[in-house]
Amino acid sequence: MRGMLPRLQRWAEGRLPALTRYRRPESLPIELHRRRIYIVPSGFGLGFSVLLMVMLVGALNYANNAALLLTCLLGAATAASMLVAFRNLDGLRLRSVRAGHAVAGQPIELTLRFDSSRPRDAIRVDLEKNCIAFAVDADADASIELKLELATVHRGWQPLPRLRVWTSWPLGLFRAWSWLHPEQSVLVWPQAETNGPTPNAPADDARQMQLHRGDELAALREYRAGDPQRHIAWKASARHDHLLVKNFEQPQSRPQWQLDWRRLPELDAEARIARLARWLNEAHAARCSYSLWLPGEEIASSSGVLHYAYCMNALAQLP
Amino acid sequence: MNKTPPPKTLTPPIGTQAFDLLSLTMALVLGLHAFHLAWWFSAALAVTLGWRWWQRRQSSVRVPGWLKFPLLLLLTLAVLGQYGSIFGREPGTALAVGLLILKLLETETIRDVRVGVSFACFALMAALLFDQGLIATVVVALALLPALSTLRALEPAHKSASLPRTLLPALRLSAAALPLALLAFLLVPRLSSPLWGAPSPNQARTGLSDSMSPGNFTELLTDDHPAMRVTFDGAPPPPDKRYFRAYVMSYYDGRTWKYDDVVNLPPATLEVANGIRYQISLEPNHQHVLPMLDVPIGAPAGAKMRRDHVVMADKPVNDPQTYSARSATQYRLEPQLGQQHRRWLMLPVGFNPRTLALAAQWRQRHGNDPAAIVREALTLFHDGGFRYTLAPAPLGRNAVDDFLFETHEGFCEHYSSAFTVLMRAAGIPARVVTGYQGGYWNTFGNYLLVRNSDAHAWSEVWLPDRGWVRVDPTGAVRPERVALGAAAAAGSQLTWYRSDWMQAVRNHWDIVNRWWDQGVVGFDSLRQRGLLTPFGIRDTDTTTLGILLAISSMLFIAIGLGWALLRRQRRDPLLEAMRGLERKLSRAGIVRRTTEGPQHYLSRASRAMPVRRAQLIQLMDRYVNLRYAHNEPPAELLKAFRRAVREFRAPNVVK
Repeated sequence: MRGMLPRLQRWAEGRLPALTRYRRPESLPIELHRRRIYIVPSGFGLGFSVLLMVMLVGALNYANNAALLLTCLLGAATAASMLVAFRNLDGLRLRSVRAGHAVAGQPIELTLRFDSSRPRDAIRVDLEKNCIAFAVDADADASIELKLELATVHRGWQPLPRLRVWTSWPLGLFRAWSWLHPEQSVLVWPQAETNGPTPNAPADDARQMQLHRGDELAALREYRAGDPQRHIAWKASARHDHLLVKNFEQPQSRPQWQLDWRRLPELDAEARIARLARWLNEAHAARCSYSLWLPGEEIASSSGVLHYAYCMNALAQLP
Repeated sequence: MNKTPPPKTLTPPIGTQAFDLLSLTMALVLGLHAFHLAWWFSAALAVTLGWRWWQRRQSSVRVPGWLKFPLLLLLTLAVLGQYGSIFGREPGTALAVGLLILKLLETETIRDVRVGVSFACFALMAALLFDQGLIATVVVALALLPALSTLRALEPAHKSASLPRTLLPALRLSAAALPLALLAFLLVPRLSSPLWGAPSPNQARTGLSDSMSPGNFTELLTDDHPAMRVTFDGAPPPPDKRYFRAYVMSYYDGRTWKYDDVVNLPPATLEVANGIRYQISLEPNHQHVLPMLDVPIGAPAGAKMRRDHVVMADKPVNDPQTYSARSATQYRLEPQLGQQHRRWLMLPVGFNPRTLALAAQWRQRHGNDPAAIVREALTLFHDGGFRYTLAPAPLGRNAVDDFLFETHEGFCEHYSSAFTVLMRAAGIPARVVTGYQGGYWNTFGNYLLVRNSDAHAWSEVWLPDRGWVRVDPTGAVRPERVALGAAAAAGSQLTWYRSDWMQAVRNHWDIVNRWWDQGVVGFDSLRQRGLLTPFGIRDTDTTTLGILLAISSMLFIAIGLGWALLRRQRRDPLLEAMRGLERKLSRAGIVRRTTEGPQHYLSRASRAMPVRRAQLIQLMDRYVNLRYAHNEPPAELLKAFRRAVREFRAPNVVK
């Protein structure tokens, strides 16, 4: 039974896309409404309706009206639970999907943001093999964030698969579901090679030394919006028309790496990407500054998380 | 196309809340069935249930598997030992309840709980096979709440709450389902004959029996269940005329009076001077006899009247039955006795010598005046130191002798029996009649409630020219018995719960029972067929019912869908007022463009209709102020704005 239904469903979707509303990707936000919520009795629901039939026939046969009333009550409550299941999904809105960072082969974390205007219970979201349940407590408009993991294989843009939002609330007798297929892709970073040569480190000479923010006062410069107030040189500013800001800088002691696509002619494209990715990782781990040259893009030397992500994104998007 | 298999249903151990609710459901099932199960059986199951609940709270260790089979065997043996079989209503139910409790022992996963809840629902229905009274039904319906709540508790990521709060949503769901349930109840076609053998309950409630020996009424007289309810066309007869005849007993063997069912003779002649019509709703008593107000003139459909005006139904009364009949209140029954004379004088030989002697003495004294002999006997009962009690001393072989001359205590059976023996010994044809006497007149419902405890026995003597005359010797001893009813006569001999005020409450409450019995329990295929009589359809057949059921279900589905699709839009009164203004302006030819903001739009409008310029500018300022100067528009300003919009009149001609 358990195996049959999904197989039947897959077959039906393959054969009759119109019937099962196999939907093309659509842009966010996606709101669930009556034309895209489907309800079928669950396995338990089928079993329970058989039980109800048995109770009905028994009550009728023994002409026991109290038992018949009870059976009718139970049956009506069952039917009402179907509407509750539908209402649990109706009006739910997928606002946005945010992706984290992951290299190919590792699961990427997706953050789904759902909006709801009323409280809901026991809604489950299936993404491939992962399933997560959530409830909305708030009475008024509320949004809720879910974190789900999506498996990745290759670097580059990976379209989001179909999500299934479903519920068997309140009694588990009916299963209401809807497919969400957001038209959105997540960028998967290339996987770094496990080992290889280090980049030919450029000479650690003074020319490569760069200033970065330190403790020593290097110069005064004009105030720019956003400068911290405590860096303003009040005394010096008093003698000028503008506010002056103390510029703290000190010589950088770390080397600067120049990572270049062109210096790896012996490798094919993917291997080059893998090596560059490893170098990027190493540079980032060593907290040194690095620049990256790629065909079509040249990234100036810098360091930090944002710079690392920028470089990795550029690598990931290579053809 | 998504080729990956769907996620497997995880089977984690169920939460404490679900298990607690399931245990509560099962405890309720057990409690409802405890009324008919053997006490030790219920106690053992209750202990098992309690132990399992405690055990799972303490640790999450499973109950060992090897324990299940011996317990199952033990259960089967216990049922076999108690009932001698595992088939049939009682043993089947006992087995089902036992299995349900044992199911709890192995309940660990969601699936187990679901099976348990389904089974519990079935067991709850089975409890109604034993008692389908109003209270039982309501209690069973309430027991559904923990069952439904258990199912809710299985769902992931729901809000957990305290127990009463957990039950509340299930109550709401049931309440919402009630209209549809009632409709289905009305319209589901009833079977006119059962599909398979309906059970014949062997544990019949003691009713009147076709034989009477002193002392066997005791059980009946302490049974408070309703026996029947009577409505009269017109005024009810006075309390001392409320005699309902069931059996007429002629044969006496010295200990027991028996009714002999004379089938082949026509009813004795009855000259009616005054009659009364009435309807009786009889509770099932699993007998053929239909009690009738003394003396019935004819038999209702499906029944026959015997020679002595005893009405026997063709089928035993296994379901509540309602019949209407007509009885004579002033009458002459069998004015000519004819050959039957000897039958009413027979007495067993060699019994009750002192009684016979007393009767002979009376006969000598009064000669041929039977009325005087009757008076003599009643005087004896009244003044002879007789006492009315429900727990009389036991009687020996010469029962009537012992009663008249030794013990002097007893209740209606003793008095009517002794009186009839005395009369026969004195040469007056006499017989014992059993049935009901009295009852509680429910003024609110205009009906007479007759309980089993109103069972009564009295005598009839045959007097020349007057026929059979009812004589109630119990009334001579304890007139309250006839005037006020059985409970008054019994006085303090009954248990506390039948004390006066309690009895009064129960009597008043009975109208609800009656309504329930008539409206719900007695709603059979016949009544269902007459359902649409007010709408001009005499006979509603199954097809019509099915169509009606389908149509009205559709109606309910539509209502339900309407509710499900209802989305409460947050009302924005300011926006609504603005829309009103837009409508007025667009009627005058100035339609708001989709890309146009309110300020722009209203400025354009004020340019287009110079006569309203000042007004429109003011409206615009107010709107912008209300919309953008506050988080929530202040109520007074909003009201003023709405009034201004209402009062705004667009000029007819727009340049």
